[in-house]
Amino acid sequence: MTSFDPRLVRHDIPLLERVINDHPITYLDSGATSLPPRAVIEAMSRYYELRHANVHRSVFQTASEATAAYEGARDATARFINAPGGAEEVVFTKNTTESFNLLAKSWGWANLHDGDVVLLSEMEHHANIVPWFQLREERGIDVRFIPVTDEFRLDLTNLDHLLNDVKLVSVTAMSNVLGTINPVKELAVAAHDVGALIAIDAAQSVAHGPTDVHDLDVDFVAFSGHKMLGPTGIGVFWTRELLLADMPPFLGGGGMIADVRLDGYTPASGPTRFEAGTPPIAEAVGLGAAIRYLDGLGMANVDKHEEELTRDALHRLEEQFAGRVRVIGPNNVTDRGAVISLDVEGVHAHDVAQVLDQFGVCVRPGHHCAKPLMRRFDLVATVRVSYGPYSLVQDTDVLLEALEHAIKMFG
Amino acid sequence: MSNLEDLYREIILDHYRSPRNRGELASPPAQRVEGFNPLCGDEIVVYLNVEDDVLVDIKLTGQGCSISQASSSMMSSAVKGKSLAQVREAITSFKQLMTVHATALQENGQPVEADLRALGELAALQGVVKFPVRIKCATLAWNTLSQGLDDLS
Repeated sequence: MTSFDPRLVRHDIPLLERVINDHPITYLDSGATSLPPRAVIEAMSRYYELRHANVHRSVFQTASEATAAYEGARDATARFINAPGGAEEVVFTKNTTESFNLLAKSWGWANLHDGDVVLLSEMEHHANIVPWFQLREERGIDVRFIPVTDEFRLDLTNLDHLLNDVKLVSVTAMSNVLGTINPVKELAVAAHDVGALIAIDAAQSVAHGPTDVHDLDVDFVAFSGHKMLGPTGIGVFWTRELLLADMPPFLGGGGMIADVRLDGYTPASGPTRFEAGTPPIAEAVGLGAAIRYLDGLGMANVDKHEEELTRDALHRLEEQFAGRVRVIGPNNVTDRGAVISLDVEGVHAHDVAQVLDQFGVCVRPGHHCAKPLMRRFDLVATVRVSYGPYSLVQDTDVLLEALEHAIKMFG
Repeated sequence: MSNLEDLYREIILDHYRSPRNRGELASPPAQRVEGFNPLCGDEIVVYLNVEDDVLVDIKLTGQGCSISQASSSMMSSAVKGKSLAQVREAITSFKQLMTVHATALQENGQPVEADLRALGELAALQGVVKFPVRIKCATLAWNTLSQGLDDLS
């Protein structure tokens, strides 16, 4: 049984008590990083105060506790995304970007060759583009892009053709710029039909609704802890146990080996093969606490709440700012998350964001690490508003009032 | 609102609304150099005509926020007609003005005072340093100019 009241969530977030430029903070940048609740911060503090020790080695009491906490977080993560093979399929990385680098440089290096194609989309974050370009230079693979329609959706009309020679489809589950939620299940079926695998960038989607990798029938998933109320410095790479077993090591060093001799080494098996060096232990503990917290809220409730916020914001933007502010993304809440990009007529995104800051409003100006998408719509930068489980309709009130000031100042 | 007025001084908004030395120079003979702000995607192109170690003409094109546009406009006014040695001096003083010192890491840390006399109206941009993320906007044109001079020599 879960209960959800965004006003109560708000009380759990210490940062929301801050006053910025004489205004209570209005945090609308959860798409960049979310705000951790006290439960996460305290779990990490308690770990450092009472249990800190290196994991997987020493046998003393605190080391056992640290190992249990670290591995417990792995298990919680596996359950959170319904990993069919459990914790053995969850690799901890630094962030989504590192997870994609692991995919490209380990699985990609071993399985992709001259002439093989990786199919991305025009709405990808650079994290799901650059590692493939790097692999293209090293391996001679081709990188192809699913176009984006004028309605900000993937254009799948020529999908059959696009899938020629494709070995991997790698797409975002939810655009960090447009808010568009992509038909991952449909893409997974199409990819598997031609014998390809499918990876999804879940950095945005994982924080905004339930994620079930088994139901989606995808093969690889990447996301970050800090976008789901957890700490920075920890990310997740998930794949099926059988695929993981065949992936060569990525970073080399301690912790990832079964044996090292003077003439070579044997890598460890399981996720630890990809976790060289002392891992982010406190961060894993924090991620575990964030997952417990989100489980308490219920991801379906979070999804519903953010959909209401998005519906309200889109409606009021249209009503009050039509002709002055353009929404760069779908104009309704169908298959759309709580990320809203704005193009303010005649005012650069940085200047809008700077004026908003004077009202304590935190938004993200820029290209959002999605330059190909910005070029597709002939934009240099947008102002991105993004909500979290602690956001309220009142946040939108403040945003719209501040937006009016920004337009006045530069208009 | 005092902070915001520090940043968006009237003279800055004036340069933003009516940028000086906007346009292109035939290249060659002019030196053409491009600059990018990887954080926000802003782009700038600087054209330089140098004769006998004097920057006889400078023109700029590109798009960006008010700070980057105003800084490039003010820069062009400040360096046009100056000797290359003077131009390099101006670049050095401006970059000094835009430096975040370690004291800024403390809560409520104040920027270190820079010598503003040599900078003329460029001193109006000193408010930018209180907004560290915007420093790259203000320095884009200057770094591009510096690159152009390096390419010339």
